Amino acid sequence: MGENGSGWLPEAMSTVAAEVDALFYFTLYTSTIIFVAVIGAMIYFGIRFRRRDESEVPTPVHEPKWLEMTWIVVPTILVMIVFTWGFKVFVKLHTAPPDSYEITVRAAQWYWEFEYDNGVTSANELYVPVGKAIKLNMSASDVLHSFFVPAFRIKMDVIPNRVTSVWFEATDVGTYQVFCTEYCGTSHAAMLATVHVVTDSEFRQWLATQNQDLPPAELGAQLFNQYTCNVCHVDTAVGPGLTGIFGSERKLSDGTTVIADEDYLLESIVDPGAKLVEGYGLQMPATFGSLTQKQLDGLIAYIKTL
Amino acid sequence: MAQDETINYLNHDRSLKSWLLTKDHKRIGLMYLGAVSLAFLAGGILALLIRLELLTPGETIMGPDAYNQSFTIHAVLMVFVVLIPAIPAALGNFFLPLQLGARDVAFPRLNLFSFYLYLTGAVIVLSALIVGRIDGGWTFYAPYSERVGDSILFVTTGVFVMGFSSILTGLNFIVTVHKMRTPGLTWNRLPLFVWSIYSTAIVQVLATPVIGITMVLLFLERFLSIGIFDPALGGDPVLFQHFFWFYSHPAVYIMILPAFGIISELIGTFSRHRVSGYTFVALSSVAIAFLGFLVWGHHMFVSGQSAVSSVVFSLLTYLIGIPTGVKVLNWVTTMYRGSISFKTPMIYALIFLFTFSIGGFSGVMVGVLGIDIHLHDTYFIVAHFHYVMMGGTVIAMLGGIHYWWPKMTGRMYNETLGKIAAILVFIGFNLTFFPQFIMGSRGMPRRYYDYLPEFQFMHELSTYGSWILGAALFMILGYMMASLINGKKAPSNPWGALTLEWTHAAALPHPHNFLATPIVVRGPYDYHLAREMFELVPSGDGQHGEVIPGVEASEPDGRPEEA
Repeated sequence: MGENGSGWLPEAMSTVAAEVDALFYFTLYTSTIIFVAVIGAMIYFGIRFRRRDESEVPTPVHEPKWLEMTWIVVPTILVMIVFTWGFKVFVKLHTAPPDSYEITVRAAQWYWEFEYDNGVTSANELYVPVGKAIKLNMSASDVLHSFFVPAFRIKMDVIPNRVTSVWFEATDVGTYQVFCTEYCGTSHAAMLATVHVVTDSEFRQWLATQNQDLPPAELGAQLFNQYTCNVCHVDTAVGPGLTGIFGSERKLSDGTTVIADEDYLLESIVDPGAKLVEGYGLQMPATFGSLTQKQLDGLIAYIKTL
Repeated sequence: MAQDETINYLNHDRSLKSWLLTKDHKRIGLMYLGAVSLAFLAGGILALLIRLELLTPGETIMGPDAYNQSFTIHAVLMVFVVLIPAIPAALGNFFLPLQLGARDVAFPRLNLFSFYLYLTGAVIVLSALIVGRIDGGWTFYAPYSERVGDSILFVTTGVFVMGFSSILTGLNFIVTVHKMRTPGLTWNRLPLFVWSIYSTAIVQVLATPVIGITMVLLFLERFLSIGIFDPALGGDPVLFQHFFWFYSHPAVYIMILPAFGIISELIGTFSRHRVSGYTFVALSSVAIAFLGFLVWGHHMFVSGQSAVSSVVFSLLTYLIGIPTGVKVLNWVTTMYRGSISFKTPMIYALIFLFTFSIGGFSGVMVGVLGIDIHLHDTYFIVAHFHYVMMGGTVIAMLGGIHYWWPKMTGRMYNETLGKIAAILVFIGFNLTFFPQFIMGSRGMPRRYYDYLPEFQFMHELSTYGSWILGAALFMILGYMMASLINGKKAPSNPWGALTLEWTHAAALPHPHNFLATPIVVRGPYDYHLAREMFELVPSGDGQHGEVIPGVEASEPDGRPEEA
């Protein structure tokens, strides 16, 4: 165990993880024993009964009834044990304790947004207190996504027009990886997030100090980073590059040109399809329209500095 | 009678027209084999490129869009164009009538029509590449698949057209098995390959219409904006998953059941022994065919379907797991007190027992509710279905091709190269896919273009394995093609097998299969009875000349050849 987990499984950092792991290893080891026995028998028969003479014809063997019955009864008992055990773990994974701390999760191409009970939001960084049950109420704004934290052994699809939920209780402070595990387009593999498990007092402090008045460009830089705008606009050429964009002349796909002023930048963030730069299709989600005016101003101020 | 002078199904008419318009099930089978092999080559090259891209994190040889489309096209080709038709349409077409002692399938024209439907469907699926991108994997979950353009409509239409080819082939086989068995070939004397193809045919006929319904719903949504799957129109994306898996889970059995049939033939023949638990092995195929319709929801444990459904689907999944496990045990006990010969096809059967068992056990693991939540959509699943589909179906297909190669081509391949390639396939396959189990259970999600550095070692191993596997498969292609040019002439029964295609047909079968109607007086694996009636032809020599059939033969009827 420890930092790197247990060979087959990653570190186990939630209250249910140990139970999932016990069931995993029980199934794995039982399977391995039966597998070795079957393959061992196959190899033994292959050597023991190899053809020694081209003309030999063995006499048929009538397998005894009890043997056939054993094959059916023993595996049936084994899988029923595994099923019942799996069912119990499943119920536990599915039933959030009633006093859970609830966080709203919104998934979109290609970022995660978390909203806490006091209205604070964070993107791709989920802060939770250690030793407390956390229930995530999740929905998607475009296509299917799935919320997966290997260290907690939890996973749940996130669906447009529906709220699905998942819960966990972290056992140790630390940072843990979140993956999107339902294919959602070009940057699916970059739709990552981090769970920061902190002590209760640190959590309260973090929550209280969010959304402070930052200078617009700094707020914008923070948002730019959190919403991973760089994935498409800096690191890859999925969207047009933004360096030196402010004030430049943009050639649009309909042949016209436009000067990239504040108004153009604003429109392109909230309604990306309105003016497409030549050579680019509409890949950007329209979900940024939900940002506040202050956040949008911050983003524009930051883009001007690029 | 020397074989060169006999009329056989290849030399009786060599014109191109005689191939393209043939109603001979053997030629149609070979044409399927050619088409399937080409698609397998294309899908395999894509697989090698995918593995190469994953050798290092970030961009290795291609960008994310190219990668996402590559794995999707790989999957679509392998599942719909290769695995589903591979064994039933290629080997099934060729050998089902021969094993039944029939002159052809029940509806030869329909059979040819099926082949052209299959080609048409494949072309429609591939034309999706021209109208738009196809990414997101072979599952095409809504609403993503509907958002990237109209390619989803082409893919489902193509899959449906190929599915119709499946339905017609299945129907043809069901009627053939019921109506065209030669005298004496009772149900409990049917070769197990026939039983498995028969069970598959049931699934083909019953499951495929669902993909048609899905297609119609997608068209209604696209052109009339009726909200069915797309949440933006008020539809339910989870409903799409139900439709998809209601077809695609039974389709998994279309892929694996015929493989069971081949393995039964191989282990019976090369152990020279009655297949242990014949009745169980035969009927469990039929049972699996029906039960396969009841477990589609086990693909959807984290999809948002109700928890009660998940529990029921998990329980039902074991109803299939147990008979499948018992089959494996029956194959192993067939070897007990047998006379086991390690020819290349038998090596593949043994590899199958190894890899398919791992596929099966990992299937039990992902069927367990509490564990699947963690393993779902990770590389553990990727490894699991490659162990079943490649370690099961493709390995059985390779075994079957080697086994029946002499009957299809009249030539023997190089046995030494065959064994070396089989062992390389085994090593390469396990090196490619076993590390994927470990990285998957450690959290590596599937369909990821990029990955965290901690997974790099396992990805490297997997990529190196893919090179060995690829080299071995090219090696097989090489010596098989070489055997057509300079291979030894095959005797009519090189393995000493007892089913009708070996005992009554010449090395290369006659255009109408049998010169006389065979009459069957024993079971397909009754080697002890066969010994009393005729001398077994020793393995691979052919010097005994004509096989002396252990059955009475009726007078040849002078049926004129059809145009």
